[in-house]
Amino acid sequence: MTDNSKPESQERIGVYVCHCGTNIAGVVDVESVARFAAEDLKDRGVVLARDYTFMCSVAGQELIEQDIHEQQLTRVVVAACSPHLHEKTFRGVCERSGVNPYLSEMASIREHVAWVHTDKAAATAKAKAIVSGTVERVLKNDPLEAIRVPIDAQTLVVGGGIAGIQAALEVAEAGYEVVLVEREASLGGHMAQFDKTFPTLDCAACILTPKMAAAGSHPKIHLFTWSEVEKVEGFVGNYTVTVKKKPRYVDEDVCTGCGICVEKCPVLVVDDKFEAGIGYRKAIYWPFAQAVPNLPVLDPDTCTYYVGGKGGCKACEKFCPTVPNSIKFDQKEERVTLRVGNIVLATGWDLFDARRIPQYGYGRLPNVFTNLELERMCNAAGPTGGKVVMRDGKSTPETVGIVHCVGSRDRTYNRHCSAICCMQSLKTAHLVKERTGAEVYNFYIDIRTPGKEYDEFYQRVLDDGIHFVRGKVAEITDIPFDPAEASRNGAGTLYVQVEDTLAGMQRRIPVDMVVLSAGLEPRRDSAEVGKTFGIACSSNGWFIEKHAKMDPIATMTEGVFIAGCAAGPKDIPASVSQGSAAAARVLNYIRQGELALEPVRASVLAEQCSGCRLCNGLCPFNAISFDAARKVTEINAALCQGCGTCVAACPAGAIQGTGFSNAQLFAQIEGLLRDFSRVPEVV
Amino acid sequence: MKALFYPGCSMQKNARPYLDSLQAIREDINLELQEIQDWNCCGATEYMSVHRVAAHALVGRNLALAREQAGDTDLLTAGCSACYLNLAKTDNQMREDAGLKDTVNQALAAGGLEYQPGAMKVRHLLDLVCHDIGYEAVKARVVKPLHGLKVAAYYGCQVVRPDYDGRWDNHEHPTSMDKLLAALGAEPVDWALKTQCCGGHMTVIGPDVAFGLIRRLIHGAQEAGADLVVTLCPMCQLNLDAYQVEMNKHFHTDYRVPVLYFTQLMGLAFGKKAKELGIGKEFVDAAPALSRIQAEAPKVAEAKRKRRPKPGDALPMPGME
Repeated sequence: MTDNSKPESQERIGVYVCHCGTNIAGVVDVESVARFAAEDLKDRGVVLARDYTFMCSVAGQELIEQDIHEQQLTRVVVAACSPHLHEKTFRGVCERSGVNPYLSEMASIREHVAWVHTDKAAATAKAKAIVSGTVERVLKNDPLEAIRVPIDAQTLVVGGGIAGIQAALEVAEAGYEVVLVEREASLGGHMAQFDKTFPTLDCAACILTPKMAAAGSHPKIHLFTWSEVEKVEGFVGNYTVTVKKKPRYVDEDVCTGCGICVEKCPVLVVDDKFEAGIGYRKAIYWPFAQAVPNLPVLDPDTCTYYVGGKGGCKACEKFCPTVPNSIKFDQKEERVTLRVGNIVLATGWDLFDARRIPQYGYGRLPNVFTNLELERMCNAAGPTGGKVVMRDGKSTPETVGIVHCVGSRDRTYNRHCSAICCMQSLKTAHLVKERTGAEVYNFYIDIRTPGKEYDEFYQRVLDDGIHFVRGKVAEITDIPFDPAEASRNGAGTLYVQVEDTLAGMQRRIPVDMVVLSAGLEPRRDSAEVGKTFGIACSSNGWFIEKHAKMDPIATMTEGVFIAGCAAGPKDIPASVSQGSAAAARVLNYIRQGELALEPVRASVLAEQCSGCRLCNGLCPFNAISFDAARKVTEINAALCQGCGTCVAACPAGAIQGTGFSNAQLFAQIEGLLRDFSRVPEVV
Repeated sequence: MKALFYPGCSMQKNARPYLDSLQAIREDINLELQEIQDWNCCGATEYMSVHRVAAHALVGRNLALAREQAGDTDLLTAGCSACYLNLAKTDNQMREDAGLKDTVNQALAAGGLEYQPGAMKVRHLLDLVCHDIGYEAVKARVVKPLHGLKVAAYYGCQVVRPDYDGRWDNHEHPTSMDKLLAALGAEPVDWALKTQCCGGHMTVIGPDVAFGLIRRLIHGAQEAGADLVVTLCPMCQLNLDAYQVEMNKHFHTDYRVPVLYFTQLMGLAFGKKAKELGIGKEFVDAAPALSRIQAEAPKVAEAKRKRRPKPGDALPMPGME
């Protein structure tokens, strides 16, 4: 039990209660809290307490600095928002004024009190208890020094889509080494599949391929395509990553990319990836014409050498003109270990599988397409040479229905808005109209066009004479409602059943072809990827930013940044911007050369450690190791993120959390529970 | 497996073959059904819209009686879609709405009854058979497989939606009954009208509308190549079977697609006599269709290994997987 009757030491504590405008003052009686601190906590060393409109403002900070100098404060408590927001600010104030920054504490009376309560009297009482607890805690704080770690200047960028390419180029242009790892056989990502880009309708390839080529040939960028990051160890500035290079069965150093092997390969396969299932590729193939690197890749699942026995045709090997031969049937998986200082994750998105909505008929009704299929169809380099045709490959549709929000904004599938599909659907509508002259219907819930020149494009599409029906499509069927409907329309007609919520009626619109604007989803393996890199996913699988608004590029793991759609659906301009922003953050760290880390760390008292190793497997940051010779557990201070898991787990109490010691926490609890009821309070 | 059983009015009369066939097969699938003593009307589909509280109290009484008589089981099953949905709906809405729970219990107190939502697990009979008893247990009892019989599994509107307890694989294109029928040796056809409306009581209110809906279903099943439609609901069976005759008159057509209950097909596969299963009481005679059942399984074309591209004009179709 702490003896609360007399001051513990000669500490002189200043308490500052923030109004945060009306954020706190609207619910908590801030004057009363300050008065309480000054009077009732006098015995705990509080020599002054003030309330102020915005403690984080320059004037608020100067107030503390002035008090530290004039009143010789030795410790500071700021009762305001969450420490996530302004702990750094007030530690900075202390440091500038000659007080060790770790002798300050924040009491969260905004997030923990004002924002979650409405009863003013009760909220005020709770705020006082929290301030009392924080004062007790700050008395037990030790002065700490930041841990400094060097930063390795090489950067890892994961994902070679437009966001990753941008990040890699920016870091490389600044003169630093970049390792760019891409899972597929070529850079480019989804953008390489697109035909035109909204709202300007410039060709996706024309603006993307120069960047792909620049990244592919940059002397500072080390490209690993057809590769995946398997393991990440270490901490900010000092990561060791293991990259798995999948066998390409083609010798990268020898192959000239002449393409004879592709030409001679007799095996034709539906290309589910780049051509979205509406085109073909060979068993040895280029991902696409402008692939970077310009190297084919062999697919062992379809190549006759690996399937069907008898050694296969080996046409590729026979016709390969290089010496030595570039085809390497016995190529094995390789692993490369690299050291990097920072990591940018730009792993992108997956398309919602439209088969999950069986009433829309994708996979069952031939003339129901996805938006990605349409992108490939519109593309001059695509399977139809840019012609918009029906599944028979010949007929031109006379009426086309475009269904928005497929798998997005739907409680059954995904609640989120995929952000890009409205504009993409408008673009598709425009292209289909332009190329076929068809009547085009858009079935939408809301039209969302908030980007630059986006709504102007919408107006233009409206002027094109494209129809818009507001309503969520219930069903797409090829079964006519009755013989009359069947005789009005030809066989194979698709009926779009929709409630037109503007006209206030059910409609059945017969069309030749339907395009489903399937939404963006997190990568199917995003949870595992997140685990590899030590960052978290939201419940639906998008990576979580450090702060959704103020720090959307960083993550809770220092030195791991996210860019592009990995954190949520984005259009191309936003993805490019995020790629640049991530690069800027990385360059900032690299230029600093070394980084100060929070000294809030766990440490083991060796003499108390029994060597039970219970904590060893619990650390989420792999910071704990076992010294077999001394039979004690050790914690790597640079790896430790101060989460406290091991502290709680240690049965011997041998692990101390610097900055969150048992002494601090017990004192805080005592302070929270201290009975002030003897003192009558006038509110 | 023991479950309380709510027969409802239709199983007593027009859907008697459903009840008879259920009685005939229940020992085979080891299902002990205990009828709720003194059960009352479920309120059908309309009453909920007429007087919400009274309707829930009506159903609440059945739930309370079931709980009281349940003993060591908490399963409650019904074969009729409307009965099942009403029981499930009242249980769910009492769970969601504490005010409704109190009001219903106030009403039940007059009869010395009480019901705590969630106390009974309400399952449609098909759900119980497919998901609790399981396909393997069913398959093990098959002595006369329904080889060669092409069937259209028809679920109607009320069983797989709104699916309060997450029991069904898909709410628009469910496959549970298809799998059950496949376990019996029959060949389920793929058709897109599995959960479309049978017309409900529109046969009485607006026959023209109902005939349109019935025609679409019957025509759809026939187009899909089905020998017969298999249903799980007395209302659906009545509309598609009895009104098929009326519908034919209306459209001057001559559809003859028989409509049987899944329990009747289970009985046939288990080797029961047709008469015992109530087969023969249907308006559209099922005998010609059932005569197609063969002793041997028809040769199924070997599953296509991979999509073999035929590079012609046509674009490849996306697979269903």
